Amino acid sequence: MSDIARNTPTGGLQRRLETNSILLLLAILLLVSIGGIIEITPLFYLHNTIEKVEGVRPYSPLELSGYNIYVREGCYTCHSQMIRPLRDEVERYGHYSLAAESMYDHPFQWGSKRNGPDLARVGGRYSNDWHRDHLRDPRSVVPTSIMPGYPFLAQTPLDAAHIVEQMKTLRIVGVPYTDAQIDNAAADLSAQSAPDDPGAEAMRRRYPNAVVYDQAGKNGITEEDALIAYLQHLGVSVNFKLYDDKAAVNVR
Amino acid sequence: MSTREAHSEAVRIDPHTKTTTTGHEWDGIEELDTPLPRWWVVTFYATILWSIGYFLAYPALPTLEGGTQGLIGWHSRASVARDMEQLNEIRGPVLERLANAPLEEIEARPQLLSAVRALGAAAFANNCAGCHGAGAQGAKGYPNLNDDDWLWGGKLSDIRRTIEHGVRWDADKDTRSETMPAFGRDGLLDAKQISLVADQLRAMAKLPGGMATAQGAKLFDDNCSVCHGVDGKGNRDMGAPNLTDALWLFGSDKETIASRIANGGGGVMPAWKDRLDEPTIKALAIYVHTLGGGE
Repeated sequence: MSDIARNTPTGGLQRRLETNSILLLLAILLLVSIGGIIEITPLFYLHNTIEKVEGVRPYSPLELSGYNIYVREGCYTCHSQMIRPLRDEVERYGHYSLAAESMYDHPFQWGSKRNGPDLARVGGRYSNDWHRDHLRDPRSVVPTSIMPGYPFLAQTPLDAAHIVEQMKTLRIVGVPYTDAQIDNAAADLSAQSAPDDPGAEAMRRRYPNAVVYDQAGKNGITEEDALIAYLQHLGVSVNFKLYDDKAAVNVR
Repeated sequence: MSTREAHSEAVRIDPHTKTTTTGHEWDGIEELDTPLPRWWVVTFYATILWSIGYFLAYPALPTLEGGTQGLIGWHSRASVARDMEQLNEIRGPVLERLANAPLEEIEARPQLLSAVRALGAAAFANNCAGCHGAGAQGAKGYPNLNDDDWLWGGKLSDIRRTIEHGVRWDADKDTRSETMPAFGRDGLLDAKQISLVADQLRAMAKLPGGMATAQGAKLFDDNCSVCHGVDGKGNRDMGAPNLTDALWLFGSDKETIASRIANGGGGVMPAWKDRLDEPTIKALAIYVHTLGGGE
């Protein structure tokens, strides 16, 4: 041991590690994982990491499809979904984000780059028509916007062929989709995009607060419709008039 | 074998730099044991000391039951709550006077009005400018709020109601819900009839190329006058715009007018009652009312 301590050349742990790449790799893994273990492990056993909040539900099939497009287009690279507990952000966007509000996102879309505004509470702030105008040509409604347009979303039919598999997979990692929700995924998907659909009522029961879209005069559901459905659901689950800030102040 | 041999050489002084070597040698290349700059070493140890203080002062280490709370008792949620309280203390006097003053009387009190308009301007920039524009100038489909052409009324109480409950916002049961039928899509009028009505409307608005016909006039009477009035001057109770003025929300060319007749519907505005507090809504109503067209 004193050999290593004195950094002597002959033998020693350092020499063995530096001359054996596999050993070096294992040693690096061991060292790095210490930090990870200390930071991550407690999240699995501590009760206060995700406080229980009334109202958060899994995404409806249409919203989930929109979430997929949000991820695919890399919206998180410019938009965060994390209102930090800072005065400026609470003033601008509303109540700071709670962990529970993104507990069914896999992966979560908190982001950290804030080129555009935070979207954690964008749901209900604008009409669907506004979102359409804005996604196709952001500068038509916000002249100073630097966001690129996504006009192709309106021309691309939504491919939701794997939505049931995705819901089943999410259930494995803890998103509480019920059998009824999974069995009716296809019906709910179309019901959310047609107010006259006979299944709209049942869809709303399975997914409270889901916004139903008027697709009249259009053929089929587009990726734009799905993305808007997702955006309109962001941050609207929790009723903060009923949420007790004072009681929750020491939760995290 | 040669490496091993070389490695067994003792640590020595390098003749060129007068620095000790570490004794590490790889294929004839030796490593000098140059000491780190003093300032760097001092800074390094200082950061370690700092981290110990930080570790004790703030919540840091997870435990089996929760985590260490830190000696100074700082908490992110308590911190923002305190900041908001301070903010409310600063704004308190104005907010209180705003809350107590009847909406119709605020504009008669210059001092209160200027404070309320400042509040309203900030809230407008944050919540309304996305659709109505930074200068409230509006855009295609989003009304200009500077003029005196009001779809749902320009009195303070009308503006407040529109802000609180929105327009055609299904989630709010008190929203302004009247909607124009889709005359074309729902088969109420055929393409030729729609064309005639569009020509008729353009004539009523004295737009160049407008064409009034007996047939068009009858179609207008039968289909449009119920909401837009016999004279086409609109009806604010229904959100039916005045069709005889020069202001057109979606455009005044024949194609746009025909498409509006065919597809019906109208603009949608969110309800802000659950999102903004009472004083903010009042301030917004005052702000919009005093932009130029308030009644």
